[in-house]
Amino acid sequence: MTERPLVTITGLKKYYPLPRPLRDIALLRPAPVVRACDDVSLTIRSGETLGLVGESGSGKTTVGRLLLALERPDEGTIEFDGADLLDLEKQELRGLRRQMQLIFQDPLSSLNPRHSVLQAVAHPLRTHGEIRSANEGLDRVVELLSTVGLPATIADRFPHELSGGQAQRVCIARAIALRPKLIVADEPTSALDVSVQAQILNLLKRLQRELGMAYLFISHDLRVISHLSERVAVMYAGQIVESGTTDEVFGHPRHPYTKALLESVPRPKLRAARRGEVIRGEALDVATVPPGCRFEPRCPYSQPECLDPQPLRPTAGMRRRVRCLLDRIPEPAVSGQKGDV
Amino acid sequence: MTAANGAVDAGTVLSVEDLRVYFYTRSGVVRAVDGIDLEIAKGEAVGLVGESGSGKSQTALAVMGLTTRPGRVESGRIVFNGVDLRRQSAEAIRNIRGRDIAMIFQDPMSSLNPVLRVGEQVADGMRVHQPGRRRMAVVLDELLALHRLRRITGRIKARVVELFRRVRIPGAARRVRSFPHEFSGGLRQRVMIASGLAWSPSLLIADEPTTALDVTIEAQVLQLMAELQQEMEMGLLLITHDIGLVAENCDRVYVMYAGRIVEEAPVRDLFTDPRHPYTQGLLASTPDLDDDREWLVTMEGAMPDLTEPFPGCAFYDRCPHRLDPRCATERPPLREVGTHHRVACFYDSPQAAGVEARRGAGQGSEVEPVGGPS
Repeated sequence: MTERPLVTITGLKKYYPLPRPLRDIALLRPAPVVRACDDVSLTIRSGETLGLVGESGSGKTTVGRLLLALERPDEGTIEFDGADLLDLEKQELRGLRRQMQLIFQDPLSSLNPRHSVLQAVAHPLRTHGEIRSANEGLDRVVELLSTVGLPATIADRFPHELSGGQAQRVCIARAIALRPKLIVADEPTSALDVSVQAQILNLLKRLQRELGMAYLFISHDLRVISHLSERVAVMYAGQIVESGTTDEVFGHPRHPYTKALLESVPRPKLRAARRGEVIRGEALDVATVPPGCRFEPRCPYSQPECLDPQPLRPTAGMRRRVRCLLDRIPEPAVSGQKGDV
Repeated sequence: MTAANGAVDAGTVLSVEDLRVYFYTRSGVVRAVDGIDLEIAKGEAVGLVGESGSGKSQTALAVMGLTTRPGRVESGRIVFNGVDLRRQSAEAIRNIRGRDIAMIFQDPMSSLNPVLRVGEQVADGMRVHQPGRRRMAVVLDELLALHRLRRITGRIKARVVELFRRVRIPGAARRVRSFPHEFSGGLRQRVMIASGLAWSPSLLIADEPTTALDVTIEAQVLQLMAELQQEMEMGLLLITHDIGLVAENCDRVYVMYAGRIVEEAPVRDLFTDPRHPYTQGLLASTPDLDDDREWLVTMEGAMPDLTEPFPGCAFYDRCPHRLDPRCATERPPLREVGTHHRVACFYDSPQAAGVEARRGAGQGSEVEPVGGPS
């Protein structure tokens, strides 16, 4: 593809300082930092879904927040629709914000309990001056509600009167009100039951077809990511360890962490086809990262060279990148071939 | 003490018959558990699957005698190792709970006391069930512990360290002195498991034990549970909303919907040949890594309001195969459809009908009815 991507992120870094004990301040020791996001680069094309997958604390939410300019990175650049996001005046940024919206995990806590559905959905329209009062926008709100599969009668309701699925639909209606080019969806179905999750996933997919938005879909659930995304980026301890098309990455993982992650996913298949080996250890503390590969302490294939810094390097295959010095993951001696297609 | 009757053979650890748990709330009587039967054999891993509000946790709490007001166990028999728990005194149940039946919950942090060292908490659990121990002594012990006047030593400490090793907590001897906040979620859950195993229970009830954990840690904890379960020949009741977990960790599965069991089957049959339309819907709406479906199959509607008694099938409103008027007026009993495979449905669904993706089923019209129960 030759067209310019909607989003280009390069070398993004965000370190959060941790509180320092008084003794360390007195001794002029530097504050320890959490490297929530360390050299993250990715692109999102118009109308596509990029899945950002990782476990808790891997920094995926931080990437989303940086992309929406809710926080400033320490280093790196973010280009959105041709504009350098970090170099904009407040006014310009505000204009760009119309183009990017956010959906959160817990729909009920992202709705103001004292605002009716009408007020909630009309809010972005008012903020950006398209309407002057919520009532003026009633027709548009009703239309938006019907787009997300909610009846007009729901406009008078308050968040506590909604089920989780309905509340998430309201949040989606609010997010699409300004016809954004990008929606960052941060674990949008994690709080929902599977049957409701299926409805929301179908809805997001349908809206993408109709409105042509791009999604940055952040989730820890590989099954959801694989269903929705064309491309994925796998994060571990603040870094992207592997990226590429979903079929490639999930079908033939090249990074040992991706492989471990995939094998940990509970599958509605049979016990006989059980996972090979459960990965040992726990995610490392991002406050104390080694200079080399961050997965090295848990990696079954680690070797001395892994203690050197590992760049995200391109490998064979379409736009495939892996942060690992292995060319391919050795076949486990224990047999147990995984039947991923 | 009730003698075990014919239905309960020596290999059965737990047998629940016609259990009903009702909640008396201001807006009406919520039939959280509405007449279910359940059985777990020695060393058997049984899954109980359902969405939120299906009554799966209430079932577990009722078994443990932990139903709280306004809830009440309305009727039913809960026979554990040949003893009808509902006819036991509170004291007797307390002796069984935590010793013969262990339970672990979703959030280990809320089961642990944040100001006590984890080793002491596990030791507490052991002391409570020491034979011949008085309640006063337990209370006194807790007071001492709270004031940091007590340290676990000697035999008890050795036991705790051994338990920690058994659940593979690295650096066990040192880690018994840690506080809960110093542990990761996975380690905390291991502490809970260690605590549950102190008296070699014959039944372990795990209510969403890994829902708060990351997938790689989830896999570790489940593997540990499976190993311990086989080693100790415990019965396991794994309660979860994730049907995938059940596939990998259980021998048999019960599917629960609106307080009722709608299907029970050996795990293999449930996934290859689900018979209840709800089970089929649940499987079809779960995305999987290697499915190429464009759209997920969705079940329209929501669970019925449990305060309204419904004479027919609880899934009636959402069912694609409902037969009028029978399904609306008559509660379908569990009927045999295969070896140990029973389904509460009148409709004879052809093999695996619902699993094939009904393309486009999710498009457009998947509106939830306004004002469902929530």
